[in-house]
Amino acid sequence: MSKQQPTQFINPETPGYVGFANLPNQVHRKSVKKGFEFTLMVVGESGLGKSTLINSLFLTDLYPERVIPGAAALNTRKTLLWEKIERTVQIEASTVEIEERGVKLRLTVVDTPGYGDAINCRDCFKTIISYIDEQFERYLHDESGLNRRHIIDNRVHCCFYFISPFGHGLKPLDVAFMKAIHNKVNIVPVIAKADTLTLKERERLKKRILDEIEEHNIKIYHLPDAESDEDEDFKEQTRLLKASIPFSVVGSNQLIEAKGKKVRGRLYPWGVVEVENPEHNDFLKLRTMLITHMQDLQEVTQDLHYENFRSERLKRGGRKVENEDMNKDQILLEKEAELRRMQEMIARMQAQMQMQMQGGDGDGGALGHHV
Amino acid sequence: MSKGQSGLGKSTLVNTLFKSQVSRKASSWNREEKIPKTVEIKAIGHVIEEGGVKMKLTVIDTPGFGDQINNENCWEPIEKYINEQYEKFLKEEVNIARKKRIPDTRVHCCLYFISPTGHSLRPLDLEFMKHLSKVVNIIPVIAKADTMTLEEKSEFKQRVRKELEVNGIEFYPQKEFDEDLEDKTENDKIRQESMPFAVVGSDKEYQVNGKRVLGRKTPWGIIEVENLNHCEFALLRDFVIRTHLQDLKEVTHNIHYETYRAKRLNDNGGLPPVSVDTEESHDSNP
Repeated sequence: MSKQQPTQFINPETPGYVGFANLPNQVHRKSVKKGFEFTLMVVGESGLGKSTLINSLFLTDLYPERVIPGAAALNTRKTLLWEKIERTVQIEASTVEIEERGVKLRLTVVDTPGYGDAINCRDCFKTIISYIDEQFERYLHDESGLNRRHIIDNRVHCCFYFISPFGHGLKPLDVAFMKAIHNKVNIVPVIAKADTLTLKERERLKKRILDEIEEHNIKIYHLPDAESDEDEDFKEQTRLLKASIPFSVVGSNQLIEAKGKKVRGRLYPWGVVEVENPEHNDFLKLRTMLITHMQDLQEVTQDLHYENFRSERLKRGGRKVENEDMNKDQILLEKEAELRRMQEMIARMQAQMQMQMQGGDGDGGALGHHV
Repeated sequence: MSKGQSGLGKSTLVNTLFKSQVSRKASSWNREEKIPKTVEIKAIGHVIEEGGVKMKLTVIDTPGFGDQINNENCWEPIEKYINEQYEKFLKEEVNIARKKRIPDTRVHCCLYFISPTGHSLRPLDLEFMKHLSKVVNIIPVIAKADTMTLEEKSEFKQRVRKELEVNGIEFYPQKEFDEDLEDKTENDKIRQESMPFAVVGSDKEYQVNGKRVLGRKTPWGIIEVENLNHCEFALLRDFVIRTHLQDLKEVTHNIHYETYRAKRLNDNGGLPPVSVDTEESHDSNP
């Protein structure tokens, strides 16, 4: 029974009260101290506003002064041509620690520049898939290791897939990519640059994308239904969120004057698109979803995707272990050879020293080097 | 001919340009067909009339261009199509008994729709334009320009112009074909400042300030298609239809077609009947 707790709790004298109702607070305090980690991957063609959106979502400048590739070197013909043709998919991970009301979040954003840019995009998602697998592999390795106290979780918890608003739905590349990673990571499809579309076009596009996702059996991340004991507002919110997938967003970090107040938005000759206006786009919904379900995203990654990976890996691992055994024998042989060489060297040195000093083998302990 | 990835508004724009339902809109295309696996060529012919002047307009659409995962050589079917039209014309021309008016199915103008990413041209765009600027007049157009704010638009246009120049892509109006100083200054101005035209297309009308205008209605405003402050559709329309229509045809006939013809005749030593007639009668062509 904790006597120093504030008096908002039940009177400690109530019979049957042990006090472990206080446990959530303890967990909360520990988690806040520990801080949270979250890794978000953004995938999409260049020019869809990925970096702007990430900056807007977290109100931080993850990509300060982004230099658009090729713009600086416009004068060099060779550079320009090379950059275009040779562009392969890169993986850029940037981590930022943001804090809000004492709660720390270590956010890693994994960007994939070059995706979908090449003329032949057959291999463009191989790099991405191997990155995701690598993170799982590393976690598996750490988990099976001896010292498990400070495992850093770099697994990708969520992937925002940016769909171009200019098409009529999903492109073959979109479908192929999502099918390749839907068993490895939570996919949240996002329609980028939503200010291109009128409301009707938006509805049509959303419906079409959902139909295509179902048709190809792509498993995107589904928000968990609100528990029955949650309040009505939350249930309503979850219902709204679920109905708006895929979210159509507009990102901006510029402050525009609109109706007397400063809002983040984009200024056009015909009006201002406000980022945080739910009638203009689903930015707020996306942010709400991410924040309220961050925990769930991490859980699904851990319980579903990671476990899948792990069981696959360990099943496959049977064959791999054999190779390692063979390697181990080889390594043992090599090590023995090295030991012998070192012993000879030491013996030689000893002989030299004995000749020099005539007695007193200072390094006799070297013989104790045997394993 | 209108080229570009699906969904860039090609059909809508063509409809808007000619103020008539010239192109089958993509939405009806959606429901029945999927993205075609290979690049298809669909040519639809119309006769439209204005002020007593009749024009036979053929719009060639290319659904499926640039949509696949592997888009290598996706311009080849298109190049083939264009050359086939030249071939047809050539065959008619070298016939002994020629028709008075040879039906002209050659492509006079190719509108290439650039996706408004705001960054730069895609490798696919560059490759395509490089190959095809040698056989047809290409007019690059920035599609769905309502995605970009004014600064983004001008930056993007500048970047696109620079990239085209660096890559040696000559779009229409080509510098080398300016006949006199007057043409040159006029075309220079268009080349350096306005092109590529950033357009918005729409076939729906809305009420703005008491007038009915073509536009797009969004929760934050109405984008007027013919308002020069909003987009450059009016410039494109004037350029292609009101001022340079005849020139487009002439350049196609005098330059692109002649290049093709010379190559053909050199390659095969001529087509039957072999009387290499260097004097073409231009007036037989519409």
